[in-house]
Amino acid sequence: MFGYYLITGFLIGVVSMLNRNRMVRVLLLVLFLAIQTAMTIYAYFHLNMENAGYFRFDALGIIFMCVLTLLSYTTIYHSFIYLQHRKDSSRSQSFYFAALIILIIVMTCAYLASHIGIMWVFIELTTLSVSVLIYHERTPLSLEATWKYVFICSIGITITFIGIVLLSIAMEESDVIEFSFKAIQTKLVQVDPSWLKFVFLFMIIGFCTKMGLFPMHTAAIDAHTVAPPPISAFISTTLMNVGFIAIFRTYSMFAHTSILHWMNNVLFACGLISIIVSAAYLLKVNHLKRMSAYSSIEHMGLAAIGLASGGIGYFAAIFHMVLHSFVKSSLFYQIDQFHRNFRTYMINETGNYFKRNLPGAMVFLLILIAIIAMPPSGLFVTEFWIFKALFFSSHIIIFILALFFLTICIYSLAKNFLFILFNQTKDLLPALENPDPSETYSQYFLLALVFYLGINPPAGMMNLIHDAVSILP
Amino acid sequence: MTHILLITFAISLIYMGIANRLSTYINILALQGIILFGLSFIELIQINTLNLIFILFETIVFKTIAIPLFLTYIIKKNNIVREAQPFVPDFFSVVIITSIILGSFILSNIVTGVHIQKMFFLVAISALFSGLFIIITRKKIVTHIMGYLVIENGVFILSISAGNKMPMLVNSGITLDIFVSVLVLGVFVNRIGNTFEEMSVDNLTDLRD
Repeated sequence: MFGYYLITGFLIGVVSMLNRNRMVRVLLLVLFLAIQTAMTIYAYFHLNMENAGYFRFDALGIIFMCVLTLLSYTTIYHSFIYLQHRKDSSRSQSFYFAALIILIIVMTCAYLASHIGIMWVFIELTTLSVSVLIYHERTPLSLEATWKYVFICSIGITITFIGIVLLSIAMEESDVIEFSFKAIQTKLVQVDPSWLKFVFLFMIIGFCTKMGLFPMHTAAIDAHTVAPPPISAFISTTLMNVGFIAIFRTYSMFAHTSILHWMNNVLFACGLISIIVSAAYLLKVNHLKRMSAYSSIEHMGLAAIGLASGGIGYFAAIFHMVLHSFVKSSLFYQIDQFHRNFRTYMINETGNYFKRNLPGAMVFLLILIAIIAMPPSGLFVTEFWIFKALFFSSHIIIFILALFFLTICIYSLAKNFLFILFNQTKDLLPALENPDPSETYSQYFLLALVFYLGINPPAGMMNLIHDAVSILP
Repeated sequence: MTHILLITFAISLIYMGIANRLSTYINILALQGIILFGLSFIELIQINTLNLIFILFETIVFKTIAIPLFLTYIIKKNNIVREAQPFVPDFFSVVIITSIILGSFILSNIVTGVHIQKMFFLVAISALFSGLFIIITRKKIVTHIMGYLVIENGVFILSISAGNKMPMLVNSGITLDIFVSVLVLGVFVNRIGNTFEEMSVDNLTDLRD
C-alpha cells in the first residue's frame, strides 16, 4: 500500500511539473490530497504494521503524519492565493507545486521510516525539495538564503551519516546488520558507553539542522525569512517535526543504555541555549518573519527540554510539537495577508492593523494569546507539563533559567504584536489591497483546534501519544 | 598497501592547505577519488559483486571524473579568479591541518572498547575537520563545495572501514543523494555567479539581524 502511495505521489509530482494548464493543476492537487488523506486513514487503522519493507506505521509517525496531512490542505490553499497575487508565470507555478508535492511525500516517508538509513535519505531529500521552494521568488536575498540552507543542511546531514557509520562499527557483526530502530536498540546495550556518547553527539548535531536547535539553528532562520509565507509555515512546522522525530527516535534508541543521564544533559544544553539565543535576538528583531522564526527556535528548545526531563515531559514534548505546528502555520498564513496590506515585513514601518484589516488583526491577537501560552491556549497545558516534569526531575536551575528567558521572549513577542495591531503614531500609506476575509477562515480553524485540543484532547490522540512514549523508560 | 593509500590521502589534505590555484584543488579531489577507488577495491573485494561494481563505479565515474569536470566547468563559465584567496596565510593552514591530523591520531588512540581499524578512523576524522577548516577559511563559494567534497571523501573512508553492511538499496540511495546534493549546490553556484559580480562570501551577508 505504501509503495503504491509513493509511486502515484511521485508520478503526480512529475506530471504537475510538466503541466501548464491551471484546471489540470487544480485537479492534480485535489487528487494528491485525496491520496494523502487516504494514506493517513489507512495508516491510522493499521497501527504498528510494517509496510513496503522499510516503513512502519508507528504511533509517533502517525501523529505527525496527521498534522502534515491537515496542514497540506491549508498550505496548498494559501499557496494558490499567494501565487495568484504574485502573478507568477504558469511555469514557475508548476515548479512550485511539483516541489511542494514531493516535499509532502518525502516528509511522510521520513516520519514513517523504520530503518535509520532510509530515514537519513528522506531527510536529505526534504532539504533538496524545500530548497526549490525557498528559491521561488528568485531574488538575490532568496539565493543567499537557499545557498546557506542547502549547504548547512548538507553538512549537518553528512555529520549525521558519520554517526550512523560509527553506530554500525559499534555493532560489529559479520553479516548484513539489521538497521531498523528496534533491532539497533536491543544491540546497543553491550556497546561501550564512551563510544555511544561519541555516536550520539554526531547524530544529534546533524538532526539539529532540521529541528532548528542551538548549534545549527542559523540555517532555518534565514530560510524562514525569504521563503514564500506558505512555505515558511511548512519549514517552521512539519519540517521541524521531521527533525524532532529524528531526534526522538535516536533518543529512544539510546534510552536503554547507561548514557541516558548524559544524553539528557546534552539535550538540556541544546534546549536551554536555543531559548537563550532566541530571547536575545527577539529583543532586537524588526522583521516579522524573522521574529516568528526565532519564536519557533524557542519552542523547539522547550520541546527538547521536555524530552530531556523525562516522565510526563516526553508526553508534553510531542503534544507541544503538534500544537505548535497549528499555531505557527496559521501565523505564517496571516503574514502573507499582512504583507499584501503593508508591502513590507518590517515591524516598525507598520501599525494600526486593527483598523486596516479587522479579521486578520483578530488572527494576530489570537495567535499572540496562543503562542505565549496564555490560558486557554493548548500550549499553556503542554508548557505547564514540561515545567512540571523539570521540577519533578529536580533540575531547579534549568527550571529558573528557562522561565526567565521565556519571560523575555513573551515580552518581545507581545510588544511587537501589539505594536503592529494598535500603534497609531505613524502616517502610513493606505493599504494597497484589503484581503478577502474568507481567506482567514482556515487560520481561525487551526487556532480553534489549538484551543480545543488544549481543553479537551480527544482520546484517540492521547492514546497515540501514550503509545509513542511507551518505549521510553 | 591500504596504509600507503591512507597516508597519501592524509598528505593530500595537507597539500590542499597550501594550494593556491583552484585547478590544484580539483586535481587533489580527483587524486582522492583514485585513492578511494584503490581502497575500496582492496578492502571490499569479498562483498557481493554487484555491490562492489557499484562502489567502484561511484568512485571512478563520480568522484574522479564527473565532479572534477563539473567543477572545472563552473569555474570556466563564471570566470572565477583562479586563486583560492584564503583568509589566513598558507603557513597557518598547514599548521592547523597538521594539528588536526595529530588530534585525530590522539583521539583514535583514546577511543577504546570498540573494534575499529584505527588508520581508517584517523584519516576519516582528519578529513572531516580539514574539510570544515577549508570551508571556514576560504573566500570563494566554489571552495566551499570543495571542502564539502573533502568531508564526503572522509565519510566514504569511514564507511569502507565499517565493511559495507548497509543493504544495497540504502547504499544506492545514499550515493544518489550525495551526488544530487553536489549537483544542486553547483546549480546554485551558477546562479550566484550570474547574480553577483564576484563569487565570494562577501556577497552573502545581507541576511542578518
